[in-house]
Amino acid sequence: MDVDPEVPSAPSAASDHVVALDQAVAVIGGFPVLAGATLAVSSGEIVLLSGPNGAGKTSILRLCAGLLPIARGSGSIFGFDLATQRDSIRPRVGLLGHRNGLYGDLTVAENVAFWGSTVGATPDEIGAASARLGVDGRLNDVVVSKLSAGQKRRTSLACLVARRAELWLLDEPHAGLDAAGRDELDTVLRQAVSSGATVLVASHELERAGSLADRVVDVIGGQVHDSGASS
Amino acid sequence: MTTTPTIPAEQPAATRRAGTGTTATRVLGIAMVVTMGWLVAFGLGFSPADRDQEDAVRILYVHVPTAWVAYLAFIVTAVGSAMYLFGKKHSLGFDRFAGASAEIGVVFMALTLVSGMLWGKLTWGVYWQWDARLTTTALLFVSYIGYLAVRGLGGSHQQRAKRSAVVGLLVVLEIPLVHFSVKMWRSLHQDASVLDSEGDVSMDGLMLFSLFVGVVAFTLWYAWILLHRTRVMAMEDMLDDHGLDRALDARRAEAEEQS
Amino acid sequence: MSRWQIARLVASKDLRIERRSRVLMNQVLPFAGVTMVMFAFALDASNVLERVAPGLVWLATLFSLLVLVQRSFAIESDDGALDALRVAGVDPVAIYWGKAFALAVQLAVLEVVLLIAAVLLYGADVPLGGIVLLATTLVTATCGLASVGTLYGGLTAGFTGRETLLPLLVLPVVAPVLIGATRAVESALGTGGVALSEGWPWIGLLSVFAVAFGAGGALAFGPLIEEAT
Repeated sequence: MDVDPEVPSAPSAASDHVVALDQAVAVIGGFPVLAGATLAVSSGEIVLLSGPNGAGKTSILRLCAGLLPIARGSGSIFGFDLATQRDSIRPRVGLLGHRNGLYGDLTVAENVAFWGSTVGATPDEIGAASARLGVDGRLNDVVVSKLSAGQKRRTSLACLVARRAELWLLDEPHAGLDAAGRDELDTVLRQAVSSGATVLVASHELERAGSLADRVVDVIGGQVHDSGASS
Repeated sequence: MTTTPTIPAEQPAATRRAGTGTTATRVLGIAMVVTMGWLVAFGLGFSPADRDQEDAVRILYVHVPTAWVAYLAFIVTAVGSAMYLFGKKHSLGFDRFAGASAEIGVVFMALTLVSGMLWGKLTWGVYWQWDARLTTTALLFVSYIGYLAVRGLGGSHQQRAKRSAVVGLLVVLEIPLVHFSVKMWRSLHQDASVLDSEGDVSMDGLMLFSLFVGVVAFTLWYAWILLHRTRVMAMEDMLDDHGLDRALDARRAEAEEQS
Repeated sequence: MSRWQIARLVASKDLRIERRSRVLMNQVLPFAGVTMVMFAFALDASNVLERVAPGLVWLATLFSLLVLVQRSFAIESDDGALDALRVAGVDPVAIYWGKAFALAVQLAVLEVVLLIAAVLLYGADVPLGGIVLLATTLVTATCGLASVGTLYGGLTAGFTGRETLLPLLVLPVVAPVLIGATRAVESALGTGGVALSEGWPWIGLLSVFAVAFGAGGALAFGPLIEEAT
């Protein structure tokens, strides 16, 4: 009962961009949260989406994650069409949204283990993910509902690391983290990119995220006009 | 082939004009009025009163056809849902068809229940007697109200269509389950009753004919409303799309002003 | 990971959360118990209570089912975990089986406790001969209820107003289970003089229901959680 079963699982668009959006329109409750987004992100880039509140940064990330359906225009992730091949996109993408996606009654270790296991990560990899984000050790056995907001964020990032995504979509990842946490996050992101991932970050913090990113793309009024990294 | 979710190119002829009437609906409408006229004539006039029930039997000429139409409507909903889900184009027209049919089905179910209760009051002396058919109808009535509630959950048209189609098929799955469980249940209570509570009174020729006319008349009525309602829904969807177009333009204009 | 392994992962996650938070033990069971007491207040005649005990047990179960389903999906939508599961591309059929299994386990515990409550409060009587029928009823009815609950819980999970939509969707659908399970338990307990043999046809009905919604639910769950913004 899923989308057209005849659509092949091979990429339909011959595009070497990881993210390729062309005048994408997305609608929530009748309101066009995205009114025409054109974006091209190549493999290994760290791209920063910047813009005022309500501009549509979160919506672009959710669109790329396959959570928000594309209403007009076209888009592809890793060459897979966003309208029809979302199933092929999903395993490759990791999203850190506004909410953390954690289970409050489980400990940090249990959460990271759960999310890592969904992609078949080994216990070592799971442990390493927790360690990178500094949530192993004492925090490992603390129930998530008892953590501070920043600690929850780190846990959420650890789950993302454990999932070994190829495209990282991060929505205000620095918010809620202390200075040490932000440094660690930057390190984690650079490491991810050097092992082949691509990162798309939405952030207000131009200074912080700007120095991390390869380039900055402006999102205004639900629209983006970006044709890719200039060579 | 892939479906690019843009404005559907399909624009039924009927909706390009001011109203939703076409030759088809006019023909149906006239046929319906004529047969209704026949029904009134035969149902109230020509056919005899029943031996036991006397004139109360005439309510059956409404009750049985509305029940028939209600179930027909729900089968149509299931068919429409299936055609939306398993069709290549996932055409929204099927979704609207299914939705309209369910709405009409719910109304006819309500009529069935009310006419059944009136008939029951006149013949058994009670409004309700937990007989298998009425109980099943009542349960399915609520089930389809649930289906309509799911249709109203919002989201894009495609989302609504997919969600409703899945639920529409699930609810149709319920029909036999509810029917058999209620039937098994009521068979435990062999209430001796002068009148077979199934309402299948033995009827003579003219009475059967009136019933038949009733079924035809109500089915025509159903088809007529179905066509109109589906077209109205198509217009509503088009309105939404135009609303989106305007909202898009407004948003883009806003962005222009800001930059 | 295979579908089966993921289902087990999801089920154990749900059950671990229950063990830790004790919502079933501390809230749902007392709620069900109070419902049983309320029935006694409303019906006010001990011979009537004994006669309708099986029905009351299943009614209390249905009301508690609604609460359990809400809880099962509240843990998912509170912090966006269901979204995260979708983004991760976790097989929805596996999620469905996992959550349905966990729900079934909790339901089974609830039903056993309610039966005991019926014996204590309503004077119901459990003859040894009826134990097999009783157990079979419990298993088949629970499978059916868990299937329907998980399915519609997933459908309503993301939406405001889900607390009121869920009962409207679930209760009519599980009416056959209420009818069948009550009659089967009446046979098992011999209430109202019903013979043991009359219960087995109802098991047939309950099994068909469980299979139909188990299969239908597994197929429908994916598309339904998909279309939540």
